[in-house]
Amino acid sequence: MTHGGGGRAMADLIRDLFRRHLHNPILDQGNDAALFSVPEGRLVMSTDGHVISPIFFPGGDIGSLAVHGTLNDVAMSGARPLYLTAGFILEEGYPLADLERIVMSMARAAKEAGVPVVTGDTKVVEKGKGDGVFITTTGLGVVPEGVHVSAERAAPGQAILLSGTIGDHGVAILSKRENLEFETEILSDSAALHGLVAEMVAAVPGIAVLRDPTRGGVAATLNEIARTANVGMILDEAAIPMKPDVSAACELLGLDPLYVANEGKLLALCAAEDADRLLEAMRGHPLGAEAAIIGTVTEDPANLVQMKTGFGGTRVVDWLAGEQLPRIC
Amino acid sequence: MSRVHSALTNASGRTVGRRIRVRGLVQGVGFRPHVWRLAREAGLAGHVLNDGAGVEIEAWGDEVLLDAFMERLEAEAPPLARIDGIGHERLEGAPQIAEFSIAESAEGVVSTGVVPDAATCPQCLAEVMAPADRRYGYAFTNCTHCGPRLSIVRAIPYDRASTSMAVFEMCPDCAREYADPADRRFHAQPNACPTCGPNVWLEDVSGIVDCTDPIAETAARLKAGGIAAIKGIGGFHLACDATSEDAVAELRNRKRRGAKPLAVMAKDTSQIRRFCAVTEAELELLQATSAPIVLLPKSGEPLAPSVAPGQRRVGFMLPYTPLHHLLLTAADVPLVITSGNLSNEPQAIENEEARTKLSGIADCWLMHDRDIVNRLDDSVMRVDVPGSQVLRRARGLAPEPIPLAVEFASAPPVLAAGGELKSTFCLLSGGNAVVSQHLGDLEEAATHADYRKAIALYRDIFRFEPEVVAVDLHPDYLSTQWGEALASETGARLVRVQHHHAHMASCLAEHGIEPGDDQTLGIILDGLGFGTDGTIWGGEILLGGYDGFERAARFDPVALPGGAQAMREPWRNLVAQLASAFGDGWRSRIAGTAAEKTLRDKPTDTIEQMVARGINAPLSSSAGRLFDAVAAALGICPDRQEYEGQAAMEMEALAEPWLERAGGYPAGIAKQGNMRTISWQPLWDALARDLDKGVEPGLIAAKFHCGIASALAGTAIEIAETSNAFRIALSGGVMQNRILTGLLHATLAGRGFEVLVQARVPANDGGLSLGQAVIAARASDA
Ligand SMILES: [Fe+3]
Ligand SMILES: [Mg+2]
Ligand SMILES: [Zn+2]
Ligand SMILES: [Zn+2]
Repeated sequence: MTHGGGGRAMADLIRDLFRRHLHNPILDQGNDAALFSVPEGRLVMSTDGHVISPIFFPGGDIGSLAVHGTLNDVAMSGARPLYLTAGFILEEGYPLADLERIVMSMARAAKEAGVPVVTGDTKVVEKGKGDGVFITTTGLGVVPEGVHVSAERAAPGQAILLSGTIGDHGVAILSKRENLEFETEILSDSAALHGLVAEMVAAVPGIAVLRDPTRGGVAATLNEIARTANVGMILDEAAIPMKPDVSAACELLGLDPLYVANEGKLLALCAAEDADRLLEAMRGHPLGAEAAIIGTVTEDPANLVQMKTGFGGTRVVDWLAGEQLPRIC
Repeated sequence: MSRVHSALTNASGRTVGRRIRVRGLVQGVGFRPHVWRLAREAGLAGHVLNDGAGVEIEAWGDEVLLDAFMERLEAEAPPLARIDGIGHERLEGAPQIAEFSIAESAEGVVSTGVVPDAATCPQCLAEVMAPADRRYGYAFTNCTHCGPRLSIVRAIPYDRASTSMAVFEMCPDCAREYADPADRRFHAQPNACPTCGPNVWLEDVSGIVDCTDPIAETAARLKAGGIAAIKGIGGFHLACDATSEDAVAELRNRKRRGAKPLAVMAKDTSQIRRFCAVTEAELELLQATSAPIVLLPKSGEPLAPSVAPGQRRVGFMLPYTPLHHLLLTAADVPLVITSGNLSNEPQAIENEEARTKLSGIADCWLMHDRDIVNRLDDSVMRVDVPGSQVLRRARGLAPEPIPLAVEFASAPPVLAAGGELKSTFCLLSGGNAVVSQHLGDLEEAATHADYRKAIALYRDIFRFEPEVVAVDLHPDYLSTQWGEALASETGARLVRVQHHHAHMASCLAEHGIEPGDDQTLGIILDGLGFGTDGTIWGGEILLGGYDGFERAARFDPVALPGGAQAMREPWRNLVAQLASAFGDGWRSRIAGTAAEKTLRDKPTDTIEQMVARGINAPLSSSAGRLFDAVAAALGICPDRQEYEGQAAMEMEALAEPWLERAGGYPAGIAKQGNMRTISWQPLWDALARDLDKGVEPGLIAAKFHCGIASALAGTAIEIAETSNAFRIALSGGVMQNRILTGLLHATLAGRGFEVLVQARVPANDGGLSLGQAVIAARASDA
């Protein structure tokens, strides 16, 4: 913000920038609060603060991520998202051109998702009191009748499905941030999943659980579900889709891809007899083209997530306290 | 009877009564019939019974005879008994009966009687080999002095009904032996004979093999080059002719086991002597009731080269069940006997599991119908300066309690959860520590399940309710997580113990060191352990005792590029160590050497970047990774280790012949506050010059070992001077390196220190639970 202090000139500039890129009938009303009517049924609401380094990464940026992340959290309840809000915290001196790029990307993501940003806010903090840009988004959605998606509904015998390759986002972020070069550039999978979810819910309304394996990856997400529902799980390593580049990068970096973050994938649990139908519905959607059945829910008072590995062995996929720390003595 | 007679002639004529208490391992080992026989011989009246503390005897008789009786109790104790103490008090009054009897155990008493499985005793073996005996050729012959114990127990009380022998009803002959206190098989729970006991048969893929002697048929197939799965006492083994390179190579190939040494079983000690040099101490170990695998130097006739490639020693054991005796006698060649599994999984224990899991490996299956309840690997030991050491503690050794220093008798019951790899757990109470059998890598789901099952069984066997649960500081160890869950479920207090402090305490505990001395030095050389500062430790000198420690010295931390991947791929450590020693110019320091060749096709740029920017490259003072780096520089499995410690073990073997001629590489020692940091920059500097000069790799390896030992000994002596330490404990997985332990022991003992080396529990993480337990016992006292 070359326009100096947090004065009126700058506030106007920013408002103008948002209006220009994000405009839609509700936002354009120009009130402090967005006014709209809602459909019948159960509403869901989710909010998420987005902080990421680097702000621009292969396959996306903080703007698109802020839209996708919240839309996905809404969608994981089986809902159709209706509206979004966005709150920006900017560090004084942040380049306006970069901000515009972010807002444009956000607008594009919202438009592609078909979900408008209906209200927002911006605050500027003194230089050194922020790290470029933070964005908080809130999403509102409606859950179709007959759909009851919740982690507690995980039950022994259910199938575990994954919508596509794992590890793309985490590796893309890391390689961009640390300037690591791989044979081909690895792109984040950042995407809005509610379209896919709509197809899935239509095909199998009885889906028990939906989760997007973001931070902590597939391993953390499945462990969380297992503990919530007091069940165990058994996965088949060979069935878990992974891009060869991502796999090679993980090998080199010593990262277990099961713990690496995703931003455009989901895990679904459904009754075994519905699994093939669900898989077919997923594969019919571009974001689920590589979907796979990766395991089953088991009865296990110890709530362990286990994985069958290459040579017929089975290992415990545990829940890490934090970063991946070497444990081998 | 001549003894009794001579005693009688010396009788005092004075009748007295005594209540005699025997402490130790005296239950389930035939101790009561032993007492009964001696009492009858001496003409004493009274009774013997088991109670919570051991065995109690009330005896009346001539005072002199009673004295002789008490002496013989200990001197002639049954083979599996271990007497920790005999005490007595005077009894007033007179005996109620004139006879001596075995009384029922006291009500509600903790009578465990679960002892380690024991190798076939000489009497049983003689019966099995005697054509006229009713147990001739019978594979499940046992008695009170031998046979399966822990491996068949499902619950307590330890009687036949709660073992996997329950389904075999004793025939009248066996029942008579079982009921007769004068018989060697009195109350031998697994007692069996061909009429009533388990059966053995041979299978191949097409079903049961029709043959009169399945064991002889198996032996014939092995001699013809086949691979057999053999159901033993603690799990399935895979066997082949250890003298046939084709057979051994094929076994490795099918089992997908690369270089990890295989154990060999020989029919007797003279057969072993054809292939190895054996000392008296090693002979004794081989023939112990625990019948462990003993590492012996190759000498004489060669075994198939694939048995233990890159090693100077090979692990031999003797048959420990009649089945093994019969098989080895029939085969007449030593057999590779290795765990029946794929790569690193735990060995199969169930018939159906063995059929499916070993279907691509074995040509035939020597099966039996007695269930293995508790998986038990073969124990591994070696004889070394200054004695024997356990490297893996399982069959034959667990669950024998380890007596602790007196002070621990009053400690609250502690359950210690152990480590992550080579895991064991430990129950501490009543002044004893019961360390479980080696269970293995908890990340293996089957091992994790065994771990949970074994904890439940041990808690049952020992009627154990923990008041304290001890875990490692590492938050992600599966044992830590399990211990945390156990603590919250039982309401026990949770104590977190630093990894290397536990290694040190483990060494002190097994030597019975009393608490109170907080000025012991622990030289702990290890792979990795979570430090109190949140960084990863592994090359440490700790100063302290059970109650606490300070980190008196450490190896200069170097990055682990790729975390756990750095353990699997030694070359990563070479890059990290070189970059740490020489900075950006490291490449020029190894130009034209073998080390350069090793790294030529590796993504060293990325590794450098990971190190420089700290991308999944945590700093660690690990000793293990330093060994890996040096091994990689010498071209020893630089790309990938197939098993933990492979590079270091092969480098040790390479160094051994060069030790005499080797001076040590130098090290740099810097002191900051109370902590010393040992830098290996000077070592790398000298090593790089040697590489450049084309010095023999064995000599470089020897100079490396000597350099490490002298830097550590020097630093320890320096610390001891200011702290007045006189005792030094050596522990951690890297201390299983013979050269290092030998050099450190010689130097430090030579300077007058009391040097303690792990003997009864492994220096590696298999001994960790014992250390955690004693530390937590003390911590919860405070
Ligand atoms: Fe360790
Ligand atoms: Mg969220
Ligand atoms: Zn016997
Ligand atoms: Zn019988």
